[in-house]
This record gives sequence, structure tokens and C-alpha cells, in this order.
Amino acid sequence: MEAGTGTDIGSSRPPAWLLGAVPLALLAVAVVLLVTVGAPGLGDRNGVPVEDLAVERTELTPGEIALTVRNEGPDPVSIEQVSVNDGYFPFTGGGEVGRLGSATLTVPYPWVEGEAYEIFLLTSTGATVVANVDAAAETPSVDPGFLGLMALLGIYVGVIPVAIGMLWLPLLRRSGPQIVRWLLAFTVGLLAFLGVDALLEGLEVAGAGPQAFGGAALVLLGAAASYLLLAWADARMRARRERARSQGAAGFQLATLIAIGIGLHNLGEGILIGSAYSAGALALGSFLVVGFAIHNTTEGLAIVAPLAEERVPVRRLAALGLIAGAPAIAGAWVGASIFNPSLVSVLFGLGIGAIAQVVVQIWPGVKPGSGRADGTVYGGLIAGVLVMYATGLLISA
Amino acid sequence: MSSRNTRDALGGRISRRRLLAGGAIAGMSIPALHELIPHQGLHGGGGSAEASGGHAGHGMGADGAMEEMGATGAMGHADHAAFGTGTVDHSFNGFDPEAMLRDFDWGRTRRLPGGRVLREWDIVAQDREIEVAPGVRYAAWTYNGRVPGPTLRCREGERLRIRFVNASTHPHTMHFHGVHSAFMDGMPGIGEERGGGQIEPGESFDYEFDAEPFGMHLYHCHVAPLAAHIAKGLYGAFIIDPKEGRPEADEMVMVMNAFDTNFDFGNEVYAVNTVGFAYQDRPIRVKRDELVRIYLANLVEYDPINSFHLHGNFFHHFPTGTSLEPAEFTDIVVQGQAQRCILEMRFPKPGRYMFHGHKTEFAELGWSGFFEVS
Repeated sequence: MEAGTGTDIGSSRPPAWLLGAVPLALLAVAVVLLVTVGAPGLGDRNGVPVEDLAVERTELTPGEIALTVRNEGPDPVSIEQVSVNDGYFPFTGGGEVGRLGSATLTVPYPWVEGEAYEIFLLTSTGATVVANVDAAAETPSVDPGFLGLMALLGIYVGVIPVAIGMLWLPLLRRSGPQIVRWLLAFTVGLLAFLGVDALLEGLEVAGAGPQAFGGAALVLLGAAASYLLLAWADARMRARRERARSQGAAGFQLATLIAIGIGLHNLGEGILIGSAYSAGALALGSFLVVGFAIHNTTEGLAIVAPLAEERVPVRRLAALGLIAGAPAIAGAWVGASIFNPSLVSVLFGLGIGAIAQVVVQIWPGVKPGSGRADGTVYGGLIAGVLVMYATGLLISA
Repeated sequence: MSSRNTRDALGGRISRRRLLAGGAIAGMSIPALHELIPHQGLHGGGGSAEASGGHAGHGMGADGAMEEMGATGAMGHADHAAFGTGTVDHSFNGFDPEAMLRDFDWGRTRRLPGGRVLREWDIVAQDREIEVAPGVRYAAWTYNGRVPGPTLRCREGERLRIRFVNASTHPHTMHFHGVHSAFMDGMPGIGEERGGGQIEPGESFDYEFDAEPFGMHLYHCHVAPLAAHIAKGLYGAFIIDPKEGRPEADEMVMVMNAFDTNFDFGNEVYAVNTVGFAYQDRPIRVKRDELVRIYLANLVEYDPINSFHLHGNFFHHFPTGTSLEPAEFTDIVVQGQAQRCILEMRFPKPGRYMFHGHKTEFAELGWSGFFEVS
């Protein structure tokens, strides 16, 4: 055997990839053996089959009720009969649902608008899964007209308010550093409010949906993933900037991060609005739209706050506005058409992580030269939270 | 939205078998008395559960032409409540409501010294999984493998002997509604010194008493917890004919019952003779103008009352069947649990006539049927 490189002292050392592959190969062998011979000593699982079905979506169309359920238990579940308000009715879509699988059950039923319905699914073991319709209302069909309506909604609650908020930029440029610091602290308070809001909403959606894919853990995983991804992206941008010896883009970079964080938050907001609307739980009206507009206008201010001392082309500003506001449109589409609690939980998590990362980025610019937070900072933080709370009262639909 | 998870009283694993579509309707097979092994694994998995529903409505032809419903009971439309897909596999159950309806178990007879008739039956309590709605299995406790248990029928004044064997994994008894001595009452704690009272698994006891009074009676298990022992299927009709007999008729027995399949002390499936919508899917054929006599009992647990209502006709009502004179002429009778009666009617016009519980919630959860008059 010949010696390898200088760092290779032993002449017969196996390559690194092999060292990595050996445990994997042994694991594969162990899995195959356990599956083929049955885990010796463990025997069969004790107890009765666990039947765990979650209702993901209820759709009402004239003369018909459709339920989408997901099997979140470890065993297959066979749906055999469907009862609506204590009566069995013919239906389609029953049968066995495998682990993590889903099924849509369609029952022709003459439901009446505004009335309550209790639907139970009877499984092959006689277990029941209950779905409640609190006040029946027709589920809008997803056609171009409906998608257009949702897009309009997204523009009203996302794009326009953010754009209006960004129009404070000229004022910012005339302000002194003290005011800019106050505004950055205000932005941190505002973002903290959004982060907590997204966490609560995300946990609520995750708690109500199926737990098989992780439930509340999805929110936290999404948050961790987006925080780390944005941190990595920021590090790369910083390195490139240093190579180019250009310090000018720091503010724009921060503004971009803020726009991304707010965009992810507005995605979640759009999803909630869209799904609530499609479920008939949301009365769209000028009051709600005005509420969202005021609430989200402050988000536009947050985006431009780091740009007070930078010259940024208008098209770039427009791009930032779209990054922050347009996801509300996509969210409204997703929420109204394919609302899936697990997916929505992850999306909320992404928004939370992004907001946390943005706060970490802004924070150094908030503190005064002394490095210690002062009254300007605390005043800005508290004002940001209070303004979001107060404007949030307008949209408690 | 909420989901209720399974609770199951069975100690063991419930096997899940897909229902074979359009299973042949086997004629009622009287279960072998000592066949104690539950029918596990009768049906392999993978069979299609979807029997296509969708016959085109219920014929109401004035000429009474029978619309053949076939083996698929599934209704493909929402004219009225019905099970969604598939049919109950009566051969899996070992009993078929269609056959059970007119199945009266007269037992074996011999003459005692002195000329009196001794009538004897063998009854075995068995644990058994049964199908109460298409695809829905229920871990029942049964007399002779069926729910309701066999309809025991005898004549007033006879000596009756019921040899009861408990092959179940739980203690049981047979408590008859009738006139008998205390130690023949099938009541735990009473008559144990004479081998009666509660009959433990593997034990047996001979219930012996005179057939009195004549009427429509019943029997059921009386072991605690009583509601569970009754709800799980341990009951049956017990008919004592008057000495002089009753007029010739097309006779049938209907035991109104229900099943709490998710063990929440409320019933999910309602029926007469166990299988929900059984006589809606396969109407009971009767002849025009012929006297029809129904022996009716209510064994529904957990709900306070039940009822029987007949469409397009009236009937004579004999409460508990203890008088030969009807108490009223009506089209509905209401019964509490264990209440029973005899109904007599003639159908003057051909066609399809519904009968159902007029607690209409029960009707739409399975307690509905049709008479097909021709």
C-alpha cells in the first residue's frame, strides 16, 4: 500500500465516505431483518386499533355536504356510514383511509342556510368521528371570479397599505438620527407584536388541525427553518458586500429582510382571511378592509425605516412593497381553495422565524452610540406594540 | 370541529375486514349450539366495499308489482335516510333478519307422566362480533349466536325447561318475564344455593317453570352492569300462545333494538331485529287481505321510549298479548324498554307501506322498513 496525502498517516485508512456509509448500511440491514422476521421479543402490538380521524375541511354546496378527513392515527380507518343530524344518508368516498391518508366524503343533503349540522362518520369498529357545521353557508366555488375577488382582497389588505406606509420615507429622510432610532425601535415593537400574533394564530391552527404531521411542532420547525435560512442569506450578502468594499447597501439589505418577514406574515394573514371567507365565517365589509389597511400601513413604515440615509431607486422600493404586501394575495388564494392546517402551520412558522431574524438584524441600529438602550428605544418599542394592538382591534372580525 | 376517538370494550384486537360487495344472502342458518368459535377471518381483505347503489326509487305501483331490490340495499339517492354503501353480510352474522322475522323456535317436546307437555330448549351464551350496519362490526354478546336470541314459543300450561350454557367469557343469566319461582328468575344472588343465580363462564343451569300467562313476553340477561348486558345483545322474545290458540295469520316477530357502537351510552344504529334498514332494503312481503300478526317488543337501551308506526293502515293492539280482545285500533304504539304487544292487521290495498319508529330520529338511524303487499 502506498501512502496517501501528507495528512494521511496510516497507509491503509479507509476513505471517509466508507466510514460514513458503514453505519447506514448496518441500519439498512437491521431494518430489513426487523421487518422480515418481525422484531423478536416485542410481539404484536397490544390493544385495540387506534382510530384517529381529523376533519380538515367542510364544504357546502347546494344540496350537498363534503367533508375532507385525514387519518392521523397509526392504523388504517374504514369509514362505513355517514350520519347528518342523526340520520344515515347515502354518500360517496367512504372506505379505508390509510395512515396519514385523506378522504373526501360527499353526502347529498338538503341543508338549510344558517342552521347547525352535526355530522358523524361511523367507522368499521363502530367508532364515530364528529364534524360540526355551526352555521351552514355555501362554500364559494374556486373560479376565476372568486380568485379575482381574493386577489382584490389581498391587494386591499396587503399591497396598498404597505405602499402607503412606505410613503413616509421622504419624511424619514428629513428626520434626525434620534427620530430614526425611535422609528427603528417602533419597528421592532411592531414586529414583535406580529411575531407573537403569528405564533398564537399558528398554534391555534396547528392545534385544531391534524397532529400526525407534527401539529404545533410544525410552527416551531417552520420558525427555526426560516430564521436559519435568513441568517445564512444575510451572512452571504454581508460577505459579498465586504469583498466589494461597498458599505452603501446595508440599509437596503435590512429593509429587504424586513420586507420578507412582513411578507411571510401577510401570507399567513391572507390565508386566514381567505379560509374564513370561504367558510362563510367572515363578513367582508368596508370596516374590515379599512381595519386591515390601517393595521398594515405601519408595516410599510417598518420597511422604509432603515432607508432614511440611503438613496434607493423607486423600482427597488416598489419591489420591497410587493415582497411585503403581495403574499397576502397568494395567501388569500391558498386559504380559500386548499386550506390545509398542517401547511398553514408551517407557513406561520416561516413568518415567525423571519420576523425574529429581522429583529436581530435591526437591533444594533436601534441602540445609540453608547451601546445602551435609552428612553428613545423603550419609547419606540412600546409605541410599536401599542399601535399594532390598537389597530388590531379594528380587525377582530 | 372535534374528533372523538375510539373506545372499545373488547379486550383484544378487532380485526378489520372489508365487506365483500353484494354478499350472497344466505338463508338463516340456525347456528350450531356448540359452535363457540367466533367467525374470525371469514372474509379476506381487499374486497370492494362499494356496492353501487342507485336503483331508481321505490316502486309504488298500484298493482303492487314487486320491485326487486336485489342484494344491494344501498340507496343511491336521498329520498329518505339509508345506509351509504354496501350491504350487511348476513352469512357473516349467521342470521338474517328476513328469515329471523318468521323464525319461531318451538324447541323439543315430550310427554311427562300424566300427559303434560315438557318443552325444552338449549341456549348458549356466546361472545360474537356481528355486523349491525354495512361494514360496521359490533362486539356482541348473544344467545345462540344471534341478536335478538331465538324466539322461544310455547303453549300456555306447558312445562318449560331451558338448558342454559354460558360459553361466554362473562357471567350471564336468562331472566324470563313470566310467572315463576324466585330461584328460576335468572337474578344474580337469588337461587345460587340451587345452582341458579349468576351463571359463571363454563357453567350451566336448567331454568324450569310453567308457561304462564299467555302473551308476548321476553327474556334477557340480568347480570350487572345490566344496561351493558342488555345493550350488547342478550335478549329475545318469549311467546306463550293461549290454550285455544289465535286465528291463523302470517306471523312475525319484531324486536326493536339498537347498538351503542362507540360506547358513549347513546345508540348509533337502530333497527328491528338488529340490522338497520334491513326491511327497507328488502321489504317484508305480505298478502293482500291476509291477517298479519306482529309480536313486537322494545329492547332499546339508553333511550327512554320507542314506537312502531304503520303507514296506510291501522291495526289492533293487544298490550302484552295477555288478552284476546284488542285494547285499541290505531296506527302507532309507544313502548318503554321491555314493553311489548301483539299487533294484528290486514292490508286491503297492494303497494309498499312503510313502518318505522315514530321517534323519527331512530327511523333515520336505521329503524325503518317496508311491507310489500301483493
